[in-house]
Amino acid sequence: MSGAGQPLWRRRSRAAELLRWLGWLLLVLLFVVCWTLMTQEQIWEFVWDAPTQAADLFSRMVPPRWSYMDSLWLPLWDTLNIATLGTLLALLIAVPVAFLAARNTTPSLLLVRPVALFIIVASRSVNALIWALLLVTILGPGLLAGVIAIALRSVGFIGKLLYEAIEEIDTRQVEAVRATGAGPAQVLDYGIVPQILPAFAGIAVFRWDINIRESTVLGLVGAGGIGLQLKASVDVLAWPQVTLIFIVILATVIASEWLSARVRRALI
Amino acid sequence: MTRPASRTTRTSPVPSETAEPTLRDQAPRRHQSRDWPSHWRRPPLIADARLRWALIIAVACYLVLGIGSLEVNWARVADGWERGLRFLGGFLQPDFQSRWGDIEQGLMESLTMTLTATVVGVLISVPIGIGAARNLAPMPVYLLCRGIIAVSRSLQEIIVAILFVAMVGFGPLAGFLTLAFATIGFLSKLLAEDIEEIDAAQAEAVRATGASWLQVLNYAVQPQVMPRLIGLSLYRLDINFRESAVIGIVGAGGVGATLNTAIDRYEYDSAAAVLLLIIAIVMLTEYSSSWVRRQVQ
Amino acid sequence: MPPTVSPTTAGSLRLVGLTKRYRTGDQALSDVTLEVPPGQVLGLIGPSGAGKSTLIRCINRLVEPSAGRVFLDETEITALHAGGLRRARRRMGMIFQEYALVERLTVMENVLSGRLGYVSFWRSLFRRFPPRDIENAFRLLERVGLTEHADKRADALSGGQRQRVGIARALAQEPELLLVDEPTASLDPKTSRQIMRLIREVCAERGLAAIVNIHDVALAQQFMMRIVGLRAGRVVYDGPPEGLTPAVLTEIYGEEDWGPLKPAQTDEEADDAAGIPDDQDIARAL
Repeated sequence: MSGAGQPLWRRRSRAAELLRWLGWLLLVLLFVVCWTLMTQEQIWEFVWDAPTQAADLFSRMVPPRWSYMDSLWLPLWDTLNIATLGTLLALLIAVPVAFLAARNTTPSLLLVRPVALFIIVASRSVNALIWALLLVTILGPGLLAGVIAIALRSVGFIGKLLYEAIEEIDTRQVEAVRATGAGPAQVLDYGIVPQILPAFAGIAVFRWDINIRESTVLGLVGAGGIGLQLKASVDVLAWPQVTLIFIVILATVIASEWLSARVRRALI
Repeated sequence: MTRPASRTTRTSPVPSETAEPTLRDQAPRRHQSRDWPSHWRRPPLIADARLRWALIIAVACYLVLGIGSLEVNWARVADGWERGLRFLGGFLQPDFQSRWGDIEQGLMESLTMTLTATVVGVLISVPIGIGAARNLAPMPVYLLCRGIIAVSRSLQEIIVAILFVAMVGFGPLAGFLTLAFATIGFLSKLLAEDIEEIDAAQAEAVRATGASWLQVLNYAVQPQVMPRLIGLSLYRLDINFRESAVIGIVGAGGVGATLNTAIDRYEYDSAAAVLLLIIAIVMLTEYSSSWVRRQVQ
Repeated sequence: MPPTVSPTTAGSLRLVGLTKRYRTGDQALSDVTLEVPPGQVLGLIGPSGAGKSTLIRCINRLVEPSAGRVFLDETEITALHAGGLRRARRRMGMIFQEYALVERLTVMENVLSGRLGYVSFWRSLFRRFPPRDIENAFRLLERVGLTEHADKRADALSGGQRQRVGIARALAQEPELLLVDEPTASLDPKTSRQIMRLIREVCAERGLAAIVNIHDVALAQQFMMRIVGLRAGRVVYDGPPEGLTPAVLTEIYGEEDWGPLKPAQTDEEADDAAGIPDDQDIARAL
């Protein structure tokens, strides 16, 4: 043990170890503080009562009211439309935003890129339901508010994955197209677009699947789709109908997930 | 060999592999070319023309029907236009003051339930994730854990929140339960996939020493998936915060309730203030969690 | 007579005091002055990092030179602005290390992309190239022996076949000069020789001048008319292939580097183009 490097290395390791334990301790402390803050106004009687409540709720939820299905087909169609049209609208907005945000295609690193990144972050931060809440007060209740809410939420998701895909392209292919004397639009068309097309299709299908899920609940705030029926049923405590709606939503979500997984497998 | 290729070799001006090239002396060679088509189309994505057109027509029909089902009430939209502008104006001049009490309480609830729900959710996800990894768990356990994951993943947060509010009453505890439940589905699935992808040779080697199942877990699995687990937990922290702003709409606590009230009362400047705060906190957590991830790796 | 077969007499290249210093401070090229007459095939040799690739890329300004001038015939390329530069690039076909084909486009589209500088954006967007370009592209595919593969995707071809497509693309530009950057870096010895021979042949057929970066001294000696040795961004040898004595090679490659020649740089990442995002990526974007 004569090397001067070894004790130095040990000391750093011990400090790192200490820091790590301190980090975990801090996390535990933070958890305790948060828990007390969160539950200080909690009425615990409700919580102890929860199992009975749950059992009661369950007994009222079964059996589902199957005959209600007749009035669910149209809302289901609306839900599908909200998700699909919302995804299409989002793609229209997200593609240019992604090209403006990607380091290698943005026209200006200092001016345009931060704006595009902010659009992406802002869109990702705000849930579709909140966008829907806002849009319903602006546009009135209906499918249009739902479509736009889904689109606004999806722009960030699609934009983020797409701009990362653009930044990961093989630059030599782009260079080769540039070397032929192609103009900027042609470089985009021949050098960049073919490389990101599979990623683009995969992202679009994946987001469509998520959007089916999200659009099932948009009706809670009046933005159309099967959520409208859910809200109406919950409001009048028609639990057997609620159960049926849950089953329909579950089936839709599973079907769309299966479909999107199949399409994505076909793309690869 | 194909015909054109063989022609190339036959008329090659460099005589053989071994000879020194003496091309400088050779005259440019002339090709006897056959006539080539002056027309070329990229082969279509779907080769079967009938199927291709059927798909195109189906998509077009769907778009017409789908857009037709929107039933836009233009008078109502025109009315709302002024409110939309006011909302945009609210973004430029957000009002933090008049509802600050509500905003502060909502944010506090959101932040506390985000953290507690993430911690508890991660703690529960780990055993479920291990149980859902095919290379570690026996079949019945595997099926049970996959079932839990499937249920948790297919139920929307907001639907879960409705049920929990019905069970434990209004307030952040319902939100906490909702977020913890959603975390389980998200994290266990990704964790299980990570475990299934670990280097089997390492686990094999540890098992070969006669180690018990728990020792295999500790020595072979944990070191390989730990950094990813921390990374994923941080992503989920981020997602949970954003979700916490929504479930307040159905009474599960958090800043969503404040936002809901502000929007219902058309107080767009207060709503904009809440949204800006959410965006700022999301950006902050995103930056700090990417910092932590770099430290871990 | 098909137009591509007619030998061009133009295409003399002149570099005057070409210098490139990267923003990182690396001096890639120092005061390189060279003249390449029409029809001459010149091999550029030197150790990795000697500035071979930078030199080639400064000629068509894929890399912007810091100082010095480049002339193609009477055109001063270093003085051109965007539009003029694009027109000048049409006159210089480039062949790349690792082929640099657009992997997901068909072979035909790759060859036709050599015509991009000549057609409007809309024509190229809808792949409506002029009939003459298409005939010519088929003729070039015949010349490099790939007629049957026109409708295949470029990533379905083998390495040697891909480089042939790369050559056809460069020739589709009807260039006066070929810029060739390590054409055989990822090919086996036999295919390497076939590709080098093909490049020599097409240069002879069309009277093209060429600058060929090459790391394999034996290949350079066999196929080049003239050799320029670069070391640390400076020309240290300029003469016939026969002049590459061990002493000269030591001068170029340095005492300690000398011995076996530089191995081919294989670059596995080439095939890893932007793929479909996996669950981890999606989790981050949620």
